[in-house]
Amino acid sequence: MHPVRKKRLVTISAILVIIGAAVGLMLYALQQNINLFYSPSQVAEGEAPNNVMLRVGGMVVDGSVKRDPKSLAVQFQVTDFAHKVTIEYKGILPDLFREGQGIVAQGKLNQDKVLIAQEVLAKHDEKYMPPEITEALENAKKKED
Amino acid sequence: MLPEIGHFALILSLFFALALSFVPILGYIKKHKVLMAYSTPLTHVTSLLVLFSFIILSYSFAVDDFSVLYVSQHSNSLLPFVFKLSAVWGGHEGSLLLWVLILCGWSSAVAYKGKTLPEDIRALVLATLGIVTTGFLAFLLFTSSPFVRLLPDMPAEGADLNPLLQDVGLIIHPPMLYMGYVGFSVAFAFAIAALISGNLNSSWARWARPWTSVSWAFLTLGIGLGSWWAYYELGWGGWWFWDPVENASFMPWLAGTALIHSLAVTEKRGVFKSWTVLLAIFTFSLSLLGTFLVRSGVLTSVHAFAADPTRGVFILVLLFLFVGGSLLLYAMRAADVKSDVSFGITGREAGLLINNIVLVTLTLTVLLGTLFPLLFDALDMGKVSVGAPYFNSVFSPIALVLMLVMAIGPLLKWNRTKLDILIKQLIFPCILACVLTGITLIWQKFEWITLVSLFVAYWVLLLTLIDWASKLGNVGSSWWQRAKKLPRNYYGMLIAHLGMAVSLIGILFVSVQSQEEMVRMAPNDSVTLSGYEFVFNGVSQVQGPNYVADRANISIFKDGQQVASLAPEKRVYQARTQMMTEASIDAGLFRDLYLSLGEQLEGDTWGLRVHVKPFVRWIWLGGILMMIGGFLSAMDKRYRKVAGATI
Amino acid sequence: MSEGKNSKMKKVALFLPFLVFALLAGVFFSQLGKDTQYMPSALIGKTLPDFSLVSLETNEVMNKKDLGEQGFLINFWGTWCPACSFEHDYLMKLASEGIDIVGIDYKDETTAAIKWLDEKGDPYSVVLLDELGNFGIDMGVTGAPETFVVNAEGIVTYRHQGIVNEQVWQEMKGYLK
Repeated sequence: MHPVRKKRLVTISAILVIIGAAVGLMLYALQQNINLFYSPSQVAEGEAPNNVMLRVGGMVVDGSVKRDPKSLAVQFQVTDFAHKVTIEYKGILPDLFREGQGIVAQGKLNQDKVLIAQEVLAKHDEKYMPPEITEALENAKKKED
Repeated sequence: MLPEIGHFALILSLFFALALSFVPILGYIKKHKVLMAYSTPLTHVTSLLVLFSFIILSYSFAVDDFSVLYVSQHSNSLLPFVFKLSAVWGGHEGSLLLWVLILCGWSSAVAYKGKTLPEDIRALVLATLGIVTTGFLAFLLFTSSPFVRLLPDMPAEGADLNPLLQDVGLIIHPPMLYMGYVGFSVAFAFAIAALISGNLNSSWARWARPWTSVSWAFLTLGIGLGSWWAYYELGWGGWWFWDPVENASFMPWLAGTALIHSLAVTEKRGVFKSWTVLLAIFTFSLSLLGTFLVRSGVLTSVHAFAADPTRGVFILVLLFLFVGGSLLLYAMRAADVKSDVSFGITGREAGLLINNIVLVTLTLTVLLGTLFPLLFDALDMGKVSVGAPYFNSVFSPIALVLMLVMAIGPLLKWNRTKLDILIKQLIFPCILACVLTGITLIWQKFEWITLVSLFVAYWVLLLTLIDWASKLGNVGSSWWQRAKKLPRNYYGMLIAHLGMAVSLIGILFVSVQSQEEMVRMAPNDSVTLSGYEFVFNGVSQVQGPNYVADRANISIFKDGQQVASLAPEKRVYQARTQMMTEASIDAGLFRDLYLSLGEQLEGDTWGLRVHVKPFVRWIWLGGILMMIGGFLSAMDKRYRKVAGATI
Repeated sequence: MSEGKNSKMKKVALFLPFLVFALLAGVFFSQLGKDTQYMPSALIGKTLPDFSLVSLETNEVMNKKDLGEQGFLINFWGTWCPACSFEHDYLMKLASEGIDIVGIDYKDETTAAIKWLDEKGDPYSVVLLDELGNFGIDMGVTGAPETFVVNAEGIVTYRHQGIVNEQVWQEMKGYLK
């Protein structure tokens, strides 16, 4: 083979190998690590799988927050005003976690459709509302109408 | 009256920027020297006007002029004075003004330093910067003017700056960040000028290089500050969250790093010309993309500005014009470029090519992860979020490969390296790094990632120092004299590479050795973590200038000796009745003790988050080294006589 | 591969970055303008939750039963809220037309509120103090100004976030009946 061609071939195949490996790695990791968002209605209707990392969001139901007197465990419900989902979490809740506020929890559903959360996120500003929640609330409302 | 003058100055600056976008280009087409020469004064006048309006806005903040809507939304008479000034860029409008001001600053610097550039290139570069300035000034004036007034009913008091932003780190974080990613506009402008003029020889790379290094250094500092801020201010003890907004600043950094290296090859060897041009466009495009993502509200993030669809559309149009336009220009012009110099696969060129491929791959990894929720939603497949595990698992191995190669790179010779000599050079450090890794691992829990990362860190450290020693040589005067003779450019690289190793060590130990616990504590309760005993002494109320706080008092003992006393707070800021966690940290070179207060559970029982974070400071220390490296290499002597030598 | 074909390929390849970008821009465009602000209220169609809040005028505690029986508006405002001063003029106009507006002084200081009403006029039939924002939480308020419509049966029928103006009022007034 012509030396220039040969060098070009080596270069191009090196590029392809690296990029191929990277793309493979990326797709594999993406498949493992994307967390789908479900609304309480979707959970209630059985659309959300058990034992898979996912996110559920909605407004914290008034009066639903129950704390364990001995540990940091806490249980509360979120709603999209059509259905409710119970969430259990152990740890410190974010500053802006309040009843009546929009939150997103990430975790896995157990057999009783209770979300065992690993992370609870609240909005950071009076004016800020996670778009997923807004959309979920809208959809729940459309169904009601 | 003053705010109106500020507004007027902005409008005026838009007209000058508009003139700057057309007159020099017209001059270039007509080969009219006087028209081209207008580029310099037009740049300076635009910059002065923008600076003037920025000063007026700052003044309005300083004197609590709540008749200005933007001031009333982001300041408060109780706010400490420094925060009043930093509140100028605490919201969308003001930070955009800062963005434009910095862009103007860079343009003026180019106009000033560029006296020695050929006339046509200077005209084209300044005009390109003028077009970008025009776009952003129009965005500012039409959708987000900071000078809108609330008259005649001005509020008596302002709504206050978001407490999260009331912090020293945040005073300097945005300006540094913008200095960085707006600075890439200079390399971009040089690339565009090269494409238009068809003059794609390596001289443009030489002109663009120092600007790119300086921008990169600023961006490094900005990202480092942001990470440091998130660490102590958000109260979660994390230093990087792979949040879309963080990614938005990290992608230009990665692409910029690639650009610095490929500019070096293009300058010295005249190869990769067309690739370097594309990379310059790509880097600035990522800066613009970041601006779009942060300000349009298409992505969910804790840092994002309040969404406004009109703004989103406007900035998308800008993005489309700038990026789309330059990529089209590239597609039409780059075919004519020929890299006539060839290089061998064992040469340094090839090494830098690998560097570029890996860095661009890393950039695309982050880009994909950041945009994936958006793409998923656009295809109507549901709402998703991409978690940190994705980034960690994809990013880390590729980054380690990058660093492995990074250490070898400087040892390679241009065009062709004698492999047998190279291998001889590598064997000793390789063995030494293995031994050192083994020794260090005795104290560690064994994990593959620890093993590999440690090896890579030692590898980089050793090879970098060996390379330095071999470049010093042993002929002639004292080693100090010889050390001074090596170019600053070389030291810049050396320090930046060492910085990478230092950061890697920090990242490694923080991620594998950190101890964290969330506990429920009543007075006199204690908890032990990594050999430190934390004793909770209770909570008291304190009054700050614009907040009230519950302040916990915790004494920390090691081996029976008190080593620190920390006081994390839970603050309620009065103007917004917003709650904020203020972490308390005992910082050290080898470990941080980090406490943040959770909520009051009942009576005097509180939730408390306790962290012991080994080597966390090293992450930022490495960042500082990288920044110094960037500045040093830009100060290299040969850039001073740049133009005269090459034309 | 012939040289001609080669260079043609190269030319096409050079357009790739542009095409990828154009595609991406399309995706961005489709994602823009999704209304992230809109929030339905949990209360629509339900009776107004009970409360006990202190009145600004009389300093007495008031409950739900103390409010009008003819249908009224509940307006959350505060002196710290710049948009509220925009809204104020229109509320004055509504008040002059005989609309019953209950003001909730939200997360505010009483002295500032009194000064505000003295200077700008008072469109409210009664102003209740919600200094800590507890009633705001009950109503699911996310900021100020926000306005709720309560009809003659005491049912919350409408919620508006942001400034009330002529246009909003035309929509809103139907719910008052």
